[in-house]
Formats: sequence, structure tokens, C-alpha cells
Amino acid sequence: MSFLLVQALSGLATAATLFLVSSGLTIVFGVTRIVNFAHGSFYMVGAYAGWSLIERFGGTPAGFWGSVTAAALAMGVLGAAMEIGLLRRLYRSPELFQLLGTFGVVLVVQDLTAWAWGPEDLLGRRAPGLKGSIDILDQPFPLYDLVLIGLGPLVLGLLWLLFNRTRWGTLVRAATQDREMASALGVDPARLFTGVLFLGCALAGLGGALQVPREAVTLQMDMAIVVEAFVVVVVGGMGSLAGAFLASLLIGQLQAFGILVFPQITLVLVFLFMAVVLVLRPHGLLGRAEEVPPTAPATVTVPLSTGGHTGSWALALLALLAAVPLVAGDYALILLTEVVILALFAASLHLLIGLGGLVSFGHAAWFGLGAYGSALLVKHMGAPMPLALAGAPVLAGLGALVAGWFCVRRSGLYFAMLTLAFAQIAWSIAFQWYAVTGGDNGILGVWPSSWAAGKAAYYWLTLALCGGTLWLLRRAAFAPFGYALRAGRDSGLRAESVGIDVRRFQWMAFVLAGSAAGLAGGLYAFAKGSVFPTLLAVPQSVDALVMVLMGGIQTVAGPLAGAVVFHLLKSEVMSLTDWWRLVLGLIIVALVLVFPRGIVGFLSGLRSSFVRRRA
Amino acid sequence: MKHRHPTASPLAKVLRPAALFAAVSVSFCIAANPAMAQSAPQPAKPPVTFSGAPVRVGEINSYTGLPAFTIPYRQGWQLALEEINAQGGVIGCCELQVVSRDDAGKPDDAVRVAQELVTNEAVDVLAGTYFSHIGLAVADFAARNKVPFVAAEPLTDAITWSKGNRYTFRLRPSTYMQAAMLVEEAAKLPAKRWATVAPNYEYGQSAVAWFKQLLKEKRPDVEFVAEQWPVQGKLEAGPTVQALAAAKPDAIFNVTFGADLAKFVREGEGRGLFRNRKIVSLLTGEPEYLEPMKDEAPEGWIVTGYPWEQIDTPAHKAFVAAYTARFKESPKAGSIVGYITMKAVAAAITKAKSANAEPIVDALAGLTIDSPVGPVTFRASDHQATMGAYVGTTTLKDGRGTMKDWHYADGANYLPPDDAARKMRPAE
Repeated sequence: MSFLLVQALSGLATAATLFLVSSGLTIVFGVTRIVNFAHGSFYMVGAYAGWSLIERFGGTPAGFWGSVTAAALAMGVLGAAMEIGLLRRLYRSPELFQLLGTFGVVLVVQDLTAWAWGPEDLLGRRAPGLKGSIDILDQPFPLYDLVLIGLGPLVLGLLWLLFNRTRWGTLVRAATQDREMASALGVDPARLFTGVLFLGCALAGLGGALQVPREAVTLQMDMAIVVEAFVVVVVGGMGSLAGAFLASLLIGQLQAFGILVFPQITLVLVFLFMAVVLVLRPHGLLGRAEEVPPTAPATVTVPLSTGGHTGSWALALLALLAAVPLVAGDYALILLTEVVILALFAASLHLLIGLGGLVSFGHAAWFGLGAYGSALLVKHMGAPMPLALAGAPVLAGLGALVAGWFCVRRSGLYFAMLTLAFAQIAWSIAFQWYAVTGGDNGILGVWPSSWAAGKAAYYWLTLALCGGTLWLLRRAAFAPFGYALRAGRDSGLRAESVGIDVRRFQWMAFVLAGSAAGLAGGLYAFAKGSVFPTLLAVPQSVDALVMVLMGGIQTVAGPLAGAVVFHLLKSEVMSLTDWWRLVLGLIIVALVLVFPRGIVGFLSGLRSSFVRRRA
Repeated sequence: MKHRHPTASPLAKVLRPAALFAAVSVSFCIAANPAMAQSAPQPAKPPVTFSGAPVRVGEINSYTGLPAFTIPYRQGWQLALEEINAQGGVIGCCELQVVSRDDAGKPDDAVRVAQELVTNEAVDVLAGTYFSHIGLAVADFAARNKVPFVAAEPLTDAITWSKGNRYTFRLRPSTYMQAAMLVEEAAKLPAKRWATVAPNYEYGQSAVAWFKQLLKEKRPDVEFVAEQWPVQGKLEAGPTVQALAAAKPDAIFNVTFGADLAKFVREGEGRGLFRNRKIVSLLTGEPEYLEPMKDEAPEGWIVTGYPWEQIDTPAHKAFVAAYTARFKESPKAGSIVGYITMKAVAAAITKAKSANAEPIVDALAGLTIDSPVGPVTFRASDHQATMGAYVGTTTLKDGRGTMKDWHYADGANYLPPDDAARKMRPAE
């Protein structure tokens, strides 16, 4: 009995940290609709800043708590600076474009932190006066954790007062409910947003600084927390503080007791829980239905156009690409093969985002399933390459068929997080099912058949398959299927009133996108000769999103350009410098600021203004 | 033109706030930490002239993914490289050149980088890697492209056994070897009830599996009463410690490391998990893991590690002196691994008298070199080096963790005989 009580208390201490970080995220999202990918970075830098301050001043209780507060405020200032310097310029860009900007910030912060504090893990001082433990029913329990448990509700209470008893809080709530109306009534959204970013990032920093007495500060903290914070936000219901609190409590307890019952499935427990909650409750535990799905690109003004001469341009490009092996070396061919595969991967995601208005955070699931589909066929059935390649889109398509049925019943960020949940489940299966997938050591020896073993031959094969699939995807975009999909994206209600079964079209699009990504994954497996669970992991999904957003979501060619630019940049910068994340992050931030509509969006904007001027 | 283009604003106006943001972050970081990591000064070029064409080594590691472990490793091989070239290079005629690349912690990036090194940089040998899955991916690439590959740090048994190949050799003692070293000590303990805690991936799982199997062989009376499998990097310290304590074990076998280990130790001390219990722990004695814990480093744990300041053979003392002079910091376990890796590569090339793949592979099989930790042989049977590890007990000295009562466990004594090892490898 006493053991269970202490276990529950441990869960509460975990929940407190989780709540501090995710409350910041939910406030920022609720008001600004920004998917702040850099939230975990503020948590990490908050921990590092807290560590430095606590090392110097943390000898006394006043010094310790002063240091924690100072670190939190400093993160608030950094957050406000990010809003003024970067995000403010992106409010008129397509939704989610800010995600790309904050992703750039994540990369920059990772390298700057490593540069400033060095690579070693830092173990900070314990909180003065709270070093020991007390016995609760004969079980020792750390005092500091008790303080944390108290801090969670305290912060919730303070935030409640702030939002319900101050003018600023009222304005923030007004803006959360209806941004346009609030600004129509004379509320300066820019200042409000700066304040909200300050508050949100300060909370992340507070959560980070409070970890110093509990655990070592490391460079991996940012990614470890941000996904979990998103889970809490979505499970609780976006924008709902009480929901975030409730979700933190539940997830904290789930982790505390989950390891007793199923110590082996800790990898996926949280995501299983999120999937179940989202399947049962469309808007999380305490969230409210939104009138407009928040991430639908409702502001898209220019309809897709087939463009003149696109076909001949594409053929010319294809001919040019096909001629490359005559002049290029092996490495250039390998790089190009990867670019072509990733272009298909990005294009398949674009089918969902650009046409369907469905932002997927878990697209790597289908890429990875395709790769594993091929590899498993080779490994366990001894299948020849053509058969294994054919298996890739089939397995990925089947996976997408099942997951899609659940996912398309949700919209906006709930859809995105449900796709992420499925991707994580697929990842953990690949990671843990040793007998079949080889676990994290992957499957080796997935090399092409002898006729395609040459670099040039495999490149041509890739080019043919990807080119053909891309042509199909483009056909789909401009076929009635594509129009129906876009109708559902722009106004689901109107589309349904004219007899379009929006969900079914979205489901079909999900399967189509999944199969296309699966083919890309199968080709990737044979290009690399091995598959690993990293192919289904979060960074792979993020890469796909970055490619699509970088190119611009309003054009069919956008994701292709995004894939080319992102992959070439990354591989080139990586071979030039160890600080490639800094360089890549700065380039992304600069791109976002210079091309707020993506690269291709910018180019077509240039062209149309040129045409208009001539007319 | 009345129409306003959001993209038409001058570049400078757009970039200024971004620059401001960057400047703020940079100045903040500097303000927060005045003692910033300084890069080591470049040494003067050695005044050696070479008569032959340089031999090139392609080096791959997770420099951004795990800098705490890979930067000391890089400094280790840099030191070795400088020594090699100052002494006339390889084969007595040629400069040894290293082209180093980051793999971003991803196996697919590592394979691409390996391809780039082989085709664009024309390297003759590949070396490096830290993570097991990346080591395996590069090993597979090496076999297919017939390039010699000296895997430095990956621990998985598969790289030399079940997935072994002609072109791949591994230096560091494997998971099996280190578990076997610890079992020898664990079997001497009176403890009968054991609990295990290990990160939930291949390294943790095979370490626990070997430990269980080998300990049961020596002590059929022990039982394993609890196991915890935290996610690597995400250990829920409080609940994990509590769950282990609830099983009331006599002793605990720990495989967690890095930030997880620090959390586990802190929470375990706070909750009295280690009171009257023996802890046997893999790798915990390495300075990479002990030093960050400062005066909170656990005492009395039986560990494998690297007590660099106490090893007083002349060869090791010379290594420590050179390393400390060159980098102004003490060596880590990664440093010695990096150092020996590069020395082994150079020795293999010199023995082969060639920069070609097949002679180098033949030279590596059975190659013995004198290293700061003693003689190391790459076994011809399974391509595993006999580099050992230091087994001892952790203790606190002058406010920091170190090892006492240690001995060097030579890897050769913890490997299965040649025939048995050869049987575990795929047929060539």
C-alpha cells in the first residue's frame, strides 16, 4: 500500500514538470496558433541557464530560487525576441510556415548551446534545504519532489488568476477565442503575441531550470521533452490549461505505474494512450470544438493551376536528369538518387497537406513501413528486388488504410498528433520486435539485384519509378479526386452539402500518400542496403515537413524543390563543418524570412508580378 | 504599383531582426558561461618530408549526436595521427591523412558519408562510429564496397559475430566481454536475489541477457527478481528506483549510462535504494560517466571503466602526458579508444606495405600492436580486438569519483575460443 502511494507521488512529481512545460506550449498555441517546435529548446536552454546561475548563486535558498526565476525570465525574453525577430513576420504566411521557422531555431539553439556550455552532461547542485528525503509510510521520498508536486497546482492557480482576473488575461482569452474579432476591437495582436510568447517560453524555462536538482542537463533535453509536451497539450485539449494539467497528471501516473505492469513497453505507452484518447474524444479531454480547423490553410487564395507547358518542362527536366550519369561520378549519383527519392516522399506528404489540408506529423511511418516491407521480403522470403519493391507500397498502403480510417476523423493538430501516435507505434514495433525486424540493429544486406547494382542503373530505376509516381500524384491533384479533396480542405461543410463524402476522399488520399511514401521508402532501403527504425522516427517526419514547407505548400512543384534544396544543403554543409546544424538552421530562418511563401511560391509570385507588369 | 508584395521588402529590413535575435542568443549564451569551451590550438606542422603518396583514412562518428563521448575520441585519434606523421608516417614513406565526417547519429547518413569518403575523398580505410546500428550499417557498406573498416566504439556483439564480415574489425571490448568481466566479480558476491535496469535497446538487452546467462552458469543459486527497461535518455528515475526497491533485491545490475545514470544515482541515493545493496554496473567507471557526477558519484559499485590517473605503466604515462599537454584536459575512455584505433590503422597499413584494401585486411587479421593499455591483437578468427577493460570499485577521492582496487582484465581472457567464435560468424 505504502509502495503504491509513493509510486503515485513519484508520478505526480513527473506530472508537475510536464505541466509547466506543456502549459507554456498550450498558451502559445491557443493564442497564436503557432506550432512552436522550439518550445523544447527553451526548456533546454532554461535548464542550462539555470545550471550556470545555480552553480554561482545557488548556495542559499534565496539564491537558488532567485536563479530559477532569473533563468525562467531570461527564457521569456528570448521567446519574446523570437516573436519579434522571426514569428511576427510570418503571421501572414500560410499556416504552419512558422513551424519551419521554429525548426530553424531548434537547430541553431542546439549548436549554440553546445558551443556555450560544452558537450559534457552537467549535474547541478541540489536545492539548498531540500536535499534529503522524508519517510512517507516508511518509504523514503525526496523533499524536492514534494515541492515540485506543490508547484504544479500553484502555477495553475497563478495562471488562472492571470487569465481571469487581469485585463491582459482577458484580452488573451478573447484572442484565443477569436483572433480577428479581438484585433477588430482594437487589441494590438502583435503586442499581445509578444507577451504570450514571453509567458510561454518563461514557463518552459522554469520547467527546465527546476530540473537542475533532479537530473543532469544534456544537449538531448530539447527533443526529449517537446514531443511529450505536444502529447500533453493534445490529450488535454489544445488551449486548455486545465486540460493540460489533467493530461499531465494522467500521463505522470501512467508512466509511474506503467513500468510496474509493462516494463517493456515504456517506449510507446504515452503514444498508445494519446491514440486511445483521441479516438474516443475528438478534441482531447477538455478541449472545445473549433469552428474552423486551426491548421486548414483557409487563406490560400490562389487556386492550383496546371500551368502552361508544365508537361514539356517536366519532360525536359526528366531528360536532363536521365543524362546526368553520363557526366557525374558515383557520389553525385548517390546523392541525386536520394534527392529523387526524397522528392517523392515530400510530394506524397504534400498531397495530404497541400491538397487535403491534413498536416501529418507522422509521415515517416509510411516511408519506414515501405522500407521495412522491402527489407523483410528480402530477408525472410528471399524475394528478388522487383517483388520486394512492389511490396513496399503495398505494406505502407495497408498500414495507411488502417491508420487513416482513424486519423481522418480528426482535424487540425489533433489529426497531426494522431498520425504521430501511429508513427510512434510503428516505430516501437520496428524497434522492439527483434525476431522479425532485428530491432534497433536493423536489417542489413538489402542490396539491389545485380542488373540494378550499378549506381547509374539504380539511379535510372529510381528516376523512372519516382517520375512515374510523381506524374500519377500530379494527375490525381488535377483529377476530380484532387478537386474534391481541395473542396473538402477549403470548406468541409459546403463540400458535403454538394454531395462529396469528404472523409472518404481524405481517407483515400491518406492511403495514396502512404503508398507513394512507401515506394520511396522501398527505393531508399535498396539505395542504402540497410533499414533501421530511424527511418520511422520523428526526425524523419520532421524532415519531410521541412521539405514541403521550404518549397511552399501552394504549388505542386514546391515539395520537389524543397527536397532538392534541403537534402543538398544538409549533405553539403554536413561534410563542410561540424557546426552544420547552426548553418542549416540560420539558412532555414533566412529562407523563411526572405521567402515567406516557400521557394516555389516566391518564384511564381515573381513570375506573376512580372506578367502583370507587362500586361 | 499599389499592390503590396510581402516578399518585396528589402532584404536588409527582413534580416535585421533575425540578426538581432541571433545576437541576443549568442550574447546570452556567452554571458551565461564565461568559461567557454576553447578549441585546442593547432600544433606546428611536423618537419617531416614524405617520399610516397599519402594514405587516406575516412573517419566517421556521431560528433553532433553525442559530443560528450565523441569529442574526446576525436582528440585521441588526432594525437595518434600527429605522432604517426611526426615519426615518418606509414610504411616508412607516406603521410597518413584523415578525412573526418559527422554522421548526425543516423545510419543512413553514415552510409552516404561513407560513400562520399570512398568516391570523392578516395580514402583507403574507413574507421570510427559510436552507435551500434551505425557501426553495423557502415560495416555492411564496407563489405559490399570491399573497404577495410576498423569499428572503434560500437559495442554490439553482432558486428564481429552474427553480422561479421571480412572487411570489418572492432577494437573496443564488446558487450559480451564486458558483461563476462563483471560476472566474474558478481559471482563472488553472496547476493542471491538480483534486479536489473538497462536501457531498452539492443545494447541494454544483450548486456542483461549475457549477464543473466553467464552468472547462472557460475552460480545456479541466484534468481533474477525484477527488471526495468527505461527508454534510453528518458529514465523515469523516481518510479524506476521505487519499483526496483519494491522487489527487495540483494544486488542490482545496472546498464544505464550518461544522463540516465546521473538521474538514477541521484534518485537512488535519495530513496535509499543503494543502502546495504551491491551494485554491479557496466561502463560506469569511465570518466565520461563518473566525472559529471562530481562528488555525487556512487561509492562501492563494481564497474568496468578507465582509471586513467592511476595506471602507471610507462606507455600509458607517456600517453597521458602527451594528451594533457596537447588538449589541456584529462583523457577519457573515448580518448584512449580513438588513440589506439588510429595507431592500429597505421600499423596495419605499414604491415601490409600497401594502401590497397585486400593487403590491409590481411594485415589486420592477427595484427598485434603495443598500446598504452598493453598489447592488443585483432583476432584472425572473429576480427575482435583483445583490448580489455579495467574492473574495479568506484570510490570518492578529493570530491570526485574514481576507481580503486582495480585490475586490467585482458580481453583475450573473456572471448570464446577461436573455433567457437568462428562458428558464430556467417560463412564467407
